[in-house]
Amino acid sequence: MATSRFVDVELAPPVPVFALTARYREDNHPNKYNLGVGAYRTDEGLPWVLPVVRTVEQQMAADPILNHEYLPVCGLDSFCKASTKLVLGDDASAIAQNRASGVQTLSGTGALRLGAEFLKRCLGMNVMYHSKPTWGNHIGIFQDAGFTDIREYRYWDASTKGLDIKGLLEDLRAAPEDSVVILHACAHNPTGVDPNPSEWEQIMQVVKEKRLFPFFDSAYQGFASGDLDRDAFAVRMFEKADFEMMISQSFSKNFGLYNERTGNLAIVAKDPESLRRVRSQMEKIARPMWSNPPNHGCRIVATVLGNAAFFAEWKDNIRTMSSRISDMRRMLHEKLRQLKTPGNWDHITNQIGMFSFTGLGSKQVDYIINKYHVYLMNNGRINMCAITTGNAEYIASAINDAVSNVTEDPKL
Amino acid sequence: MSFITQSALKTTLACSNTLWQPCGRAVRMLPPSLSRTNSSWWGQVEMGPPDAILGVSEAFKKDSNPNKMNLGVGAYRDDSGKPFVLQCVRKAEQLISDSALDKEYSPIVGNADFCKASARLAFGDDSHVIKEGLISTVQALSGTGALRVGAAFLDKFHGSKEVYLPKPSWGNHTPIFKHSGMNVNAYRYYDAQTYGLDEAGCFEDISNIPEGSVIVLHACAHNPTGVDPKPEQWKEMSKIIKERKLLPFIDMAYQGFASGDVDRDSFAVRHFVEEGHNLVLSQSYSKNMGLYGERVGALTFVCSSPDEAKRVESQVKIVIRPMYSNPPINGARLAATILNNSELRQQWLVEVKEMADRIITMREQLVSNLRKEGSTHNWQHITDQIGMFCFTGLKEQQVERLTKDFSVFLTKDGRISIAGVSSKNVAYLGHAIHEVTK
Repeated sequence: MATSRFVDVELAPPVPVFALTARYREDNHPNKYNLGVGAYRTDEGLPWVLPVVRTVEQQMAADPILNHEYLPVCGLDSFCKASTKLVLGDDASAIAQNRASGVQTLSGTGALRLGAEFLKRCLGMNVMYHSKPTWGNHIGIFQDAGFTDIREYRYWDASTKGLDIKGLLEDLRAAPEDSVVILHACAHNPTGVDPNPSEWEQIMQVVKEKRLFPFFDSAYQGFASGDLDRDAFAVRMFEKADFEMMISQSFSKNFGLYNERTGNLAIVAKDPESLRRVRSQMEKIARPMWSNPPNHGCRIVATVLGNAAFFAEWKDNIRTMSSRISDMRRMLHEKLRQLKTPGNWDHITNQIGMFSFTGLGSKQVDYIINKYHVYLMNNGRINMCAITTGNAEYIASAINDAVSNVTEDPKL
Repeated sequence: MSFITQSALKTTLACSNTLWQPCGRAVRMLPPSLSRTNSSWWGQVEMGPPDAILGVSEAFKKDSNPNKMNLGVGAYRDDSGKPFVLQCVRKAEQLISDSALDKEYSPIVGNADFCKASARLAFGDDSHVIKEGLISTVQALSGTGALRVGAAFLDKFHGSKEVYLPKPSWGNHTPIFKHSGMNVNAYRYYDAQTYGLDEAGCFEDISNIPEGSVIVLHACAHNPTGVDPKPEQWKEMSKIIKERKLLPFIDMAYQGFASGDVDRDSFAVRHFVEEGHNLVLSQSYSKNMGLYGERVGALTFVCSSPDEAKRVESQVKIVIRPMYSNPPINGARLAATILNNSELRQQWLVEVKEMADRIITMREQLVSNLRKEGSTHNWQHITDQIGMFCFTGLKEQQVERLTKDFSVFLTKDGRISIAGVSSKNVAYLGHAIHEVTK
């Protein structure tokens, strides 16, 4: 062959969080810590397969009847039903009235992508609003689904290290009708800052008034507060107010099923007939993307959600994870206080979920990485799960040093 | 013109075989704001057309005839008509379960052991493209996922948006390429007169494909016809494709499953590689390892240099991340375990041959039963064709009768899945087909 067709293909930049992990891996320093990728770790700094998941898997491996046949295009029905119920609540009128259902997807990413493709292809939507900041992949997902007008709504308030509710509401009030608004159901990624109930009320009002389309990203139900119902509060508030919406659910964190890619796209419609039509169109989109979803993870989740004893054990496992994270927030906060670290660090304990937006600037981040071999994201995000009783002090001292000695460029 | 209306036009004008229809009308005209409590987002959404193949299974389920046969199913069945879990898969499952592995995110490109083993299976252990680091292989969501990611990459980076599918082809090829933004065209392939390859038409059409276009080829066990080019025909196609400077995208969903021999079934892939085509390859382990629902597949780009392979892979990752982030681990672990464990690999080769042999035997028995029935037609194509599917040559009315009078369920185009045939029902099938064709 003559010149390659791909001669002009440039080397793509790596996804920042994975580039960070790669740097971490290449580091030979004995005292290194990766506060980048969002996966749960035990106090020993190790991955944790939930005991209830192991039990169910062993059961599955020993089951002579279980096979590997194709799932339907929309996935395992028992999984979709249980999953949709989990987020909307047992008493959701949408479920009772048969106007809510789920389509199984490749975890949260797949749910967002399937939903975005539907909204673009079948409803012609083209404007998407995401929080500033948001999980990086939100943008790529909607872009690849064909959305060309992607906008931000203010969210993170750098001065308070909390929610800029005023800016948020202003931006959404200015949004054109039919804009898709991505809302983080709980444990906002990357900031850890969630609206309180009254703020959710206000957000809901604007979404209703301006006829915006709510698309919830629920990746941490149970994982944030330890309480499944509490973490679904915002979604359920919208459901009770009769919104039509989509909810992307991921079981990566709350079930620890990261690499099994287990997710559900829950859809709430005004009536069962619309829902039926919508599902039929979802099938047409899923089929040329993955044909049908993987069967392993959904079987585990369906089994657990459908069995009282397993369900109780799972809730226990979730509490283990979320309470360890809360403990680490408190510990880090305490260590920073003990070191008399400049500034107010209450946000560490006010924020919730896996991540914390520390407020560290990029220069301070570089300093910490280079001097302490503690790897965190350029935007100051840390994975609280990576903090342990063994390293909290070290990490606190790294933060203290950076904040005390490295001047940041003034925040815009 | 709106996105949907544009594609709606293309759909109507182009492939009549497509199962994909536009979502709804007038999507730019969202319903005027009615009272907030009454208006719905989904008012304009039309009911999607039923899937033709799934429709067959649905109808089969509803039928109460004890002699009913489901010949629409695209999954292997044993001689008792049951799904078949390979022994090597069960063993691999046990090994993996015992290893108590974690569930950390896979890399975007998937499991490295799996990718390497998959490439070696396709190209041969001694393939120079592997030795020289010229390939990028990523784990994909079975064949569909490999095709979709490959198509999305080509849509972004390849000069031409034109894809040519054999006529006919697997129904999902069209929406896969369309959803990726490419234009779907066809080249002649199946000869309805001979129930074989339309060699002249095929070669002629390929010779006229605009330079730079993508041409999709089925590596073996063509779906839906079961008609494969012979080695000599593959060689000729390779020449023409090279002359036309086309980009071959090979879909290999049945390696080992077609003839029972993994090397024989990958002849086309390996020949094209030898001939220097920088092809794209989609592999599926759904059928040959029975891993259907695990979604195990691989996507390979054969490149001109290791650097190019690296650059291509980096861009493939950018396609994957906003689609599903990273692939499911379970099936890939199973496949890698089997391919890399010599005992399990041997066992797999035996089991995949068993599946292929059963299919071949059923073809032979169907033909002999038709002859026994006294059929005077030439049914040679049933044994000439290969793989799971067989284009019987039955006309639509004959298919209707088969279903109505005999409860034999198959798709309108006369395609049957031999997997649905067993030693217990092959005589019945022979009788039924004879009755509608005599």
